Amino acid sequence: MINKKVANVSEALEGVSDDMTFMLGGFGLCGIPENAIAKLVDLGVKGLTCISNNAGVDDFGLGLLLQKKQIKKMVSSYVGENDEFERQMLSGELEVELIPQGTLAERCRAAQAGIPAFFTPAGYGTEVAEGKETREFNGKMHVLENAFKADFSFVKAWKGDEAGNLIFKGTARNFNPAMCGAANITVAEVEELVPVGTLDPNEIHIPGIFVQRIFQGEVYEKRIEQRTVRQRD
Amino acid sequence: MLDKTGIAKRIAKEVKDGYYVNLGIGIPTLVANYVRHDIQVEFQSENGVLGMGPFPYEGEEDADIINAGKQTITTLPGASFFESSMSFSMIRGQHVDLTILGAMEVSENGDIANWKIPGKMVKGMGGAMDLVASAENIIVAMMHTNKAGESKLLKECTLPLTGVGCVKKIVTNLAVIEVTDKGFKLLERAPGVSVEEIQNATEGHLIVEGEIPEMQL
Repeated sequence: MINKKVANVSEALEGVSDDMTFMLGGFGLCGIPENAIAKLVDLGVKGLTCISNNAGVDDFGLGLLLQKKQIKKMVSSYVGENDEFERQMLSGELEVELIPQGTLAERCRAAQAGIPAFFTPAGYGTEVAEGKETREFNGKMHVLENAFKADFSFVKAWKGDEAGNLIFKGTARNFNPAMCGAANITVAEVEELVPVGTLDPNEIHIPGIFVQRIFQGEVYEKRIEQRTVRQRD
Repeated sequence: MLDKTGIAKRIAKEVKDGYYVNLGIGIPTLVANYVRHDIQVEFQSENGVLGMGPFPYEGEEDADIINAGKQTITTLPGASFFESSMSFSMIRGQHVDLTILGAMEVSENGDIANWKIPGKMVKGMGGAMDLVASAENIIVAMMHTNKAGESKLLKECTLPLTGVGCVKKIVTNLAVIEVTDKGFKLLERAPGVSVEEIQNATEGHLIVEGEIPEMQL
């Protein structure tokens, strides 16, 4: 066993500095690395490029980094639900690159898998394809997209062990698995960190080889963005 | 003329036994409520769930189980969770049988625009570009005209495109229309709506052949 456990979030984020590129897991506020984000706010690192499907809400998730103007550029597929984001984007303070969601996921996965680029039909004939190489395969046009490059990946899992093996829960899985091993250093935070040997190897979603540092988050708020319910009959 | 529920009811009839279906936000989401109960259908949400069920009962919401609209949901027996890249493998790999989504504009060659209005805050395309580029069967659910009364079925889209030549069928408050090589082909009229009214609300070329039946809901 190669032990990936670090004592806390401070140790997990060692080496983080200004102008870095980060990948952050999550879909909306579901499955986001809450503890890493809180620590990034504390550290006050600036000029960040953040690759994340969404940009949080005003007072949670990546919205916290936006409020402190720590983000220079967002790379996302959908960025509604955030007034401060809108203000910074319209004033030109914040650079935004919008990418089709499947392409975003695959650019993470390609980085993880050592594939420098791939062709996808998504975005062909739209402004997303402008300036990119296109090619026909099987009678259909495709766009060449590159793997991401990032300094750190911050992912959140449900359970993990000291070897860095991860298990996700529900739709909190989302972009987290593909971001593991897709940056120079992958930092995984988990709700429950268990001793090695506790998790069934058959049920591991992400093997520890893709994770450099793992810690148990102190608190998880797990905020719900759209609480929708039905009435009992 | 149909309301949004009516559009959803008509589209529900396009959902066939054995289909895996991806529903967009808005009118498409309503479709799930009207699909026949005697057929086997699974709903996919691109954030990573197949076998989506109804909203949870109050008190049973789980922050870790949401749909692509970030709403709390439940799952049905046989459901599965997966990561985003696999979710789009289902979509890009054409394993999802039917995609239903909204649109701002559709052109007579099947181009769709539904993500960006120049000069307005752009929220992003989410999974829409992946869905329209790959799905073999795309149905657009929308009102026939915009709030200014202008046709949304055009010769050419004026807004930035989401995808090219991809829409197969359109269900609006006025009509069911098939997108063919020759233009929009009128298949059905909404209850109480005349062919003339549909023609007047359609800027693109509308093909009308023979008697056009009224929709059965």
